[in-house]
Amino acid sequence: MTSASPVEPMERSLEAQEPPEEGTRWALLAAIFESPVTVLAVVIIAIVLFMAVAGELVAPYGANEINVMNQLQPPNLTHLFGTDELGRDVFSRVIIAARVSVQVSLVSVALALVMGVSIGLLSGYFGRWVDIVGMRSMDVIFSFPVMLLALAIVAMLGPGLVPAMIAIGVVYTPYFARITRASVLSVREETYIRAARSIGASDARILRLHVLPNVMAPIIVQTSLSLAFAILTEAALSFLGLGVQPPQPSWGRMLFDGRGFITEAWWMAVFPGLAIFLTVLALNLIGDAMRDALDPRQRSAIEARAGNL
Amino acid sequence: MSALFELVDFGVQIGTRRGTAHIVNGVDWRVQAGETLAIVGESGSGKSMSVLAATGLVPSPPARFSGQALFRERDLLTMEDRERRRVRGRHIGFVFQEPMTSLNPLLTIGRQMTEAPRQHLDMPSGEARDKAADLLNLVGIPEAAQRLDAYPHQLSGGMRQRVMIAMALMCDPEVLIADEPTTALDVTTQAQILDLVTRLQSQFGMAVVWITHDLGVVADFADQVAVMYAGRIVELAPTSALYRTPGHPYTRGLLDARPRLGETEAELATIPGVPPDPRRLPPGCSFWPRCPYREDPRCETEVPPLREVAPGHLVRSFYSITQRAPRDQEA
Amino acid sequence: MTGVPGSGAPLLEAIDLQVHFPVGGGSLGRGRAFVRAVDGVSFTIERGQTLGLVGESGSGKSTIGLSLLGLVRPTGGRVRLDGEDVDFGRSSLQRLRARTTMVFQDPNASLNPRRSVAASVREPLEIHGLHRGSAARRARVEELLDLVGLSGRFAERYPHELSGGQRQRVGIARALACEPELIILDEPVSSLDVSVQSQIMNLLRRLQGELGLTYLFIAHDLAAVEYMSHRVLVMYLGRIVETATRESLYRSPRHPYTKALLSAIPSAEPGETSAARLLLEGDIPSPISPPSGCRFRTRCPWAIAACAETDPHLEAAGSDGEVACIRADEIAAGAPAALAGTSGA
Repeated sequence: MTSASPVEPMERSLEAQEPPEEGTRWALLAAIFESPVTVLAVVIIAIVLFMAVAGELVAPYGANEINVMNQLQPPNLTHLFGTDELGRDVFSRVIIAARVSVQVSLVSVALALVMGVSIGLLSGYFGRWVDIVGMRSMDVIFSFPVMLLALAIVAMLGPGLVPAMIAIGVVYTPYFARITRASVLSVREETYIRAARSIGASDARILRLHVLPNVMAPIIVQTSLSLAFAILTEAALSFLGLGVQPPQPSWGRMLFDGRGFITEAWWMAVFPGLAIFLTVLALNLIGDAMRDALDPRQRSAIEARAGNL
Repeated sequence: MSALFELVDFGVQIGTRRGTAHIVNGVDWRVQAGETLAIVGESGSGKSMSVLAATGLVPSPPARFSGQALFRERDLLTMEDRERRRVRGRHIGFVFQEPMTSLNPLLTIGRQMTEAPRQHLDMPSGEARDKAADLLNLVGIPEAAQRLDAYPHQLSGGMRQRVMIAMALMCDPEVLIADEPTTALDVTTQAQILDLVTRLQSQFGMAVVWITHDLGVVADFADQVAVMYAGRIVELAPTSALYRTPGHPYTRGLLDARPRLGETEAELATIPGVPPDPRRLPPGCSFWPRCPYREDPRCETEVPPLREVAPGHLVRSFYSITQRAPRDQEA
Repeated sequence: MTGVPGSGAPLLEAIDLQVHFPVGGGSLGRGRAFVRAVDGVSFTIERGQTLGLVGESGSGKSTIGLSLLGLVRPTGGRVRLDGEDVDFGRSSLQRLRARTTMVFQDPNASLNPRRSVAASVREPLEIHGLHRGSAARRARVEELLDLVGLSGRFAERYPHELSGGQRQRVGIARALACEPELIILDEPVSSLDVSVQSQIMNLLRRLQGELGLTYLFIAHDLAAVEYMSHRVLVMYLGRIVETATRESLYRSPRHPYTKALLSAIPSAEPGETSAARLLLEGDIPSPISPPSGCRFRTRCPWAIAACAETDPHLEAAGSDGEVACIRADEIAAGAPAALAGTSGA
């Protein structure tokens, strides 16, 4: 009947018939672009990034072009978002202020990510005293309300861009640490980790090549959500005067300045507020879409909906 | 004579991003009271899906069904949800593969066992408890009355599976559906469970549908065997006929592929290759790419119908190999 | 420890191997309970041969495999590879893991889903610094894939695109990468479909012949173990209860547990074994506190009072086997089982 030799050529010819399947990475991107709302969110973020990078080039006026004669003008054709109490163009200021939000959120989240993921990896993988030390220190940070801790750190370091970044970075580290640790705890028990050990892989190698890539999914989701919160926190700090200092424009600072003029010049506060709102919303939507795409159960429901018949 | 439980041209499709998957395709079988039907197939054959979907345990979007699933001539698929649940709870008992995940770890055994009769039969809880204790005794659990207050994790795998069987019997079902119930158990425990189910069947006269991937397990106690491949039944026959004179090349391949005690010289017979993707089934016979016989040119392009090659023996093929010599005698 | 008269010294020797796992805090007093997963096991594996290890859950067979690689730490006894004691310290463990590798039971879980087939197969080479240079490594990966019956086109695929049998082949290719001397096969076919099981077993046997490999084949399926192995050890609750060559195990099993295992094998012949089926009572006792005397006595159809008092050692039986049972001779001579047949009520 069947003898040994047809096995190989048959197996190969069968294998050759199968077209390659899409990998998970592409599925992730595809899922993001599936919904028009998410696409809109991506567009918003792209705009914000563009403003952050090339703000000065696109803005019709300078951020600090004072022209007291034009003060407190409502939105019109020459000043799309109106002018503030010093006659500065609000539209230009909103555009240029994007940089601060983007800078602070990117750097602080990067900081939180690097520290948090490292602590989470080590705690989850090695357990015992490493875990205790790691997680208790995270608990300490966690136990403070976010704003309070940020304020305390900025109070120690003085107000400004860099202290804001540090403060927000420290405050968000525990989130990354916890999420990473939780994933590491389950990945650690997987057979492929044991298999890696069986071929002689060192712990460092296992962490780097086997554990980390398999815990990235929730970290990515957390990143986008943290970016959103970082922007909010920075805005709050600036609002309280503890973030970026004038004359550098920041959305939060603009909110603070616009406070006193709410009745006469609502545009001074509303437009920066809207900018914050839209950016945070967009980041949240992207985060949600990624989470849905990465959750296996959600994924099959999505696939079913996207099916042909 | 009408069947107790019957599938008529039953199909299950699921839409995916890369095409519609035909998981189950035109399946027909019937089972009577006191009979055991074994459904045998490897992973991806659709064996579990066909039965689970027929009894309404597969959510309907995303899956779509065709054909009928008749319990006492009433189509389970077209029933209203509530009615279907009633029929299921009252007349059909289920035993699943993983006893740990089928039993709620937070509820006592007694609580779980008495749930169904209290709900579907309006049995008072005292009576339900007594019945549960009796059944636990019957399935061989020592100290049955005390066990009612135990939690699943306090029992071993074999015992939990017995509890599952007892639980399935609480409402005196007419059909017992067992989906790979012994796959996760040790060989010696498996033998005990098989023996138990056989005795219970002769005692209660239920129909049993036993789904498994292991041809050997059902050899002793099934009346009929249906072999499934790529969503279709490829052979349906009384047990001894299937084993002695298999008609379909796939069945033959399955039977030959097992190592037999005492035969260690030659290489094992194999079925080369892998089963087809349910989204891209071959146009003709699904087994054709792997078939070592291929004796009819139509196999490649037409799906063979089920043909009766002997009384009660159906084979989905344009030819039949029932008359071939057994493995040991072939050159 | 009788072995088939082999070509020189055995490749692997386990001497009185013991693996005990501590169990949570003791409930009463200060005594800590231990799960005696492996409780004094000794065996040898001859070069180029396959030693089969068969038993059910709780027998300790998988733990033995893991302990030979240091994946769980033995709590007692010694292991000698090629005549030298294995030291379970960090650096020698790494070297050990080039000479001894493992194939795992679940092919779906034993490959990192985020790494391509080539990356997984290549990894041992990277760890041990073999076949340096990307071209040399790529060539070696293709060679390994070819050895296990996969075309080079599999190299860039990811595990989720492969079938179970194909993934297991990748696992085997990975285990072969550093040209190991001993491969521990831990239930390598149990999770696979029947038609694929035979493909993989054929492959393993063929590789053994071509490459002169030595295997420790661990499984609960007696038929598969018998097919693959030259000698077989039967384990129950952390101890070896019988050793035999494959032929004598099948033809004349001596230990009651072996007999029960054999008779429990589902046959593919209707009506064949039902008459002679030997059903065991009850369930496997807890490995934390095994029964006194012979561990199998609580389920043994031939148990007598004396079985509770003495813990039987492995004693020579026949010309090439051993049995741990005080009634082995009587049973072989035809003593009837005390409680033959049905379980439960």
